[in-house]
Parts: sequence; C-alpha cells; structure tokens
Amino acid sequence: MKEFSYVIKDPVGLHARPAGLLVKKAGEFTSSITVESGGKSAEAKKLIKLMGLGIKQGAEIVCRIEGEDEDAAHDALAKFFEENL
Amino acid sequence: MEKYSGKSVMKGIAIGRVHLYKKLEYQVTEERAADPAAERERFLAAVERAKEQLTKLYDDAMTNVGEDHAAIFDVHKMLLEDEDYLDTAAGEIENGYNAVYAADYAGTQFSEMFAAMDDEYMRGRAADFKDISRRVIRILLDMPEEEIHSEEPVVLVAEDLTPSETVKLDKKKILGFVTVKGSASSHTAILARSMNLPALVNVDIPLADELHGKPCVVDGFEGEFLVEPEEEILSEKVVRKNQWIADLEALEKLKGQDNVTKSGKRIDIFANIGNVEDAEAACAADAGGIGLFRSEFLYLGRDTFPSEEEQYVSYRAVLEKMNGKKVVIRTLDIGADKKVDYFGLEPEENPALGYRAIRICLDREEIFITQLRALYRASAHGKLAIMFPMIISVEEVERIKQIVELVKTELAEEGKPVGEPELGIMIETPAAALISDELAKEVDFFSIGTNDLTQYTLAVDRQNQKLEGICDIHHEALLRLIEMTVKNAHKEGIWVGICGELGADTELTEWFLKIGVDELSVAASAVLRVRGAVRALP
Repeated sequence: MKEFSYVIKDPVGLHARPAGLLVKKAGEFTSSITVESGGKSAEAKKLIKLMGLGIKQGAEIVCRIEGEDEDAAHDALAKFFEENL
Repeated sequence: MEKYSGKSVMKGIAIGRVHLYKKLEYQVTEERAADPAAERERFLAAVERAKEQLTKLYDDAMTNVGEDHAAIFDVHKMLLEDEDYLDTAAGEIENGYNAVYAADYAGTQFSEMFAAMDDEYMRGRAADFKDISRRVIRILLDMPEEEIHSEEPVVLVAEDLTPSETVKLDKKKILGFVTVKGSASSHTAILARSMNLPALVNVDIPLADELHGKPCVVDGFEGEFLVEPEEEILSEKVVRKNQWIADLEALEKLKGQDNVTKSGKRIDIFANIGNVEDAEAACAADAGGIGLFRSEFLYLGRDTFPSEEEQYVSYRAVLEKMNGKKVVIRTLDIGADKKVDYFGLEPEENPALGYRAIRICLDREEIFITQLRALYRASAHGKLAIMFPMIISVEEVERIKQIVELVKTELAEEGKPVGEPELGIMIETPAAALISDELAKEVDFFSIGTNDLTQYTLAVDRQNQKLEGICDIHHEALLRLIEMTVKNAHKEGIWVGICGELGADTELTEWFLKIGVDELSVAASAVLRVRGAVRALP
C-alpha cells in the first residue's frame, strides 16, 4: 500500500470540477484508491462521495492506494493534487 | 405603468416586450411499474440520452461562453455516471416504482444531502442534483427541452435561470434579463455581462401570466424595471438608450487602437485590478497591461495569512492571463483601518499615518519574505514588476533590496526558477516626491499614487464629506509634486506612471502627456474612455 498527504490550497476546496477530474484520473488505475479527510473517507472513483467529504481550503487529506499499479497511481495522483488543488 | 426595482448586474437599457419564462411542470407519481427490469432499461436509456445532451451543451458552451462556464455540464455528466446516483435510482425501481419517481427520488436525496452541508459552495451544488434529475425526467416523459421560443427579440423575465437554460438561449433573441432571484455571481449575471446586455436580479415582481407580452423597459443604470411605461417616460428612456449605444460604439471602435495624440505623442494605458478575475475585464477593455494589482485581496476576509503557494498561484494566474503584457503587483498595503484580526494590529488614533504597508513589511519580515518568494516564483511566468507602497526614505528602499537579494539567493539554492522583475515604488507621500531625485537612483520605476498623495499633501481626509469643498484635486501643490517626480524619474532614465484616480481624470490627460508621464493606470472600465481622450488631443 502507498499513501501520501496533501494540504488543499484551492480557495473553494475540493469543488466539483477538480473532484470530477480526480475521479477520471483515479479511474485510469485498477488499484483501490481512497481519500480521507477529517475522519471521513471516500473512494476516489466516486464523485458524489468525494464531494460529500466537503473538503475545504487548508484541510489535510490522506490518499491511500492499494493494488497492482499502486506505484504509478501514487505518482500520478500526487502530481494531480499538486497541480489542481 | 408599474415600476419595480432590482439589483443591476449589467448596465445598459433594453426596450421591448416581456417574455415570461416558466419551467415546464410535471407530476411525479408513486405508480408501480409493471416490469421492473424493463423500467430499469428505460431509466438507463434516459440517462444515456441526458449525457448526450450534456455533451452537446458542453460543446456549445465552450464556443459561446468559454471553458469556465462550460465546465458545469461536464460535472453534470459525471454526476449522471456516479454509481451512488445510479444505484439509488435503480434501488427504487427494484422496489417497484416507476423510472420518473426513481429519478426524482435520487435527485432529491442528494440535493438534500448537499443542502445540509456546512459549506456554502457545497450547498450550492444541491441545485445541480435537481437539474440532472429534471433532465432525465424530461426525457422519460418525452417533454421538450426548456427553451425560449420567440420570433422577435424579447426581455427575458424569470424566477431564476439555470446554467443549462442560460447557455441554450439564442443570443440574438434576447434584449435583457430580469430575474426574481439571483445575485451578481449568478449564471444570469455572468451571461448578461458576456453578452453586454442590461440585467437586473432580485426584482420583486409577481410572475403572473398577464405579464407575458407586455411592453417594458429594463434600465441597468438605475436598476429599474418598468412595465407598460407611459409615453413620456418611454421617450426619455429611448434617448438614454441611444446615448448608451452611441457611447458603446464609440468606445468599441477604440479597441485595438494606439494611445496616441494627433501629433504622434503616445502614452501607455494600463488597468488597476483588485483580484484575479478582474484581469479578465482588463483584457476585455484592451488595457496595455496591469499598472496596479492590489495584493490585499489575498489577505482580507480570512483568518490566517495566505501561504506562499496560494499567493504564487494567484500572481501566476494573472501573469498568464495577461500573456506577456506587463503586470505591476503592489506588495501588501494594509493598516489598522482594515479588518485583518490575524495581523494582530493595535487600534490607532490615526491609521493613515500609522503602522501600515511597507512599515509592517519591514518590521515583520516573515510576512514580507513570504510575499516576495511568491512574487519571484511567479515572475518566471510573465512580465512582472513589483511595487512597494508608502515609501518615505532611501533607507527603506535599501532595506527592501537587501531582503529581495536574500529571497533571490534562497530561491536559487532551492533550484526554483525566477524571472527578472522590475522593482519600483509608489510615490504617494510628499516626502517621497520631494526626494524623488534620490529615490530614482535606486529603482526601475515610479508609480504616483494620487489618492494618498492628495490626502497627505493637502492634509485632507478624502472620506470626510464635510471637507469635499476644500479638497481641490487639481491643487497646484499636488501638480507641482507630480511634475517634479516625473522630471526626476526621467533624469535617471526610469519610467513613471500614475495609478490613482487622477489617472482617469480626462481634464488632466493633456497635462500628463505634456509633462511626459509614461503610463496611466485606470479602472478597466475607464481604459477606452481615456484612450479616446488621448486620441482627441492635438
């Protein structure tokens, strides 16, 4: 299993647009991917659950990845957060 | 005549007939479906059809209003692909309900879930779930898309308009907008601005069917909506409208033109902006660059200091938006008169003369260094110039330059790319103007902040209405300080701009050109007007 943490910088938080892009990005991998924040967690491949976390600017998230392509998924998602959120 | 008032979100005047827009209504019943498996297929087919519609809406919106506003349709499409949404609806069908009921149920469930969230943005998403379910239901019931049909251009009057509705409007058929709900950031407002049509929101008008087809006037200058106006008032509005259109056309013709007098003297005209979004308006107004980007927006209305990363992202966004044109960013200009509790500033007797702007930055260097790091990192992405406010001495400038060197060294060691921004100062204290010969040796440019320079020179508080009579904004003392500053700048070969309100004062445009001012930075809405004034000069 791989994981990384990240602090959200986007002023609106994890809003619909980047959440949608994140779902698409996560969908490129077979690994199971979860995003955890404030004691709640959601699958990164499910848009409504992800938005339902209500992740705001300044919130720390932990992204956990487990599966065959976890190394590639880790790098791609870490880059995704850095560039979009 | 009936007269209603509302909040104007776009200026202008529209005269025409009311087109009352109401959403199609339908009934949701708990009727059981005979064959759940077939009902499920019917539901999924409607979802597929809805997704096709959204793909087309997205493409249309990309062409008409751009990526930012089109994105909503892509999100709607993804929501319709979400397993939770589909499973919730499918569950109801399995329980025996019909597809319309199931779609309505799923939309309501998620809409309520988001409406209960403690974040304003997320609460706003509740409408999106309603919107997607409505789309699926319309398809299931074989109802037409909610469109506006009219032969001649009309004034659209509605409760509120959803993004799907605004994007689909045939732009040639609309004269103006009036909505009962909405805000300055609603989709109606955004659309009205992109179409340059007058629009009022928050108009308290009953949407009775009789309204449809009545003659009306939307006055976006006064925030008025008149239904069946009297002859006399109507002719007044016609005059005002013609004037508005003539002004618009005259200004429109100035786009792409140079800021040059008949005898060939030219001057730069830049825009003042206060946040990242304003850069859009500056571009639309054909500004030559940004002459003053007030960085305060990053610090106001929050509880903690903005991080380096956050600042970097904002600065970079403006530089990229301006696409190689110069962007002058002013460092933090805050004092005890602004409500920024986390700065821990003590109340002062006289904040205008107090602990503020560069004085805070040079005292609490960590705040300054964070901002400079963000600015220097952003400078790799465009033509940046950094400007320091409230300067009164050469020592301050020397200290600033030492800190700048420190920041540059740090960033170089970290291997972060930086550009070579110009460094300049505001001339907004009489002290700075009087020693501008010395200051000019230290920096790459001056920008004269006429608002503060006026207040400090005349010892007049410009907010105090009782002093309006004695506040002569063309006072000889002020003009002499400006002229002196320009001469001293040019003696050292540096450029000098005006970034206060005086920059847009067309009574002074000729004089600014005569004394050799290099740049005027004015509100985006004044750029073309000032250009017109320059071009009219001999």
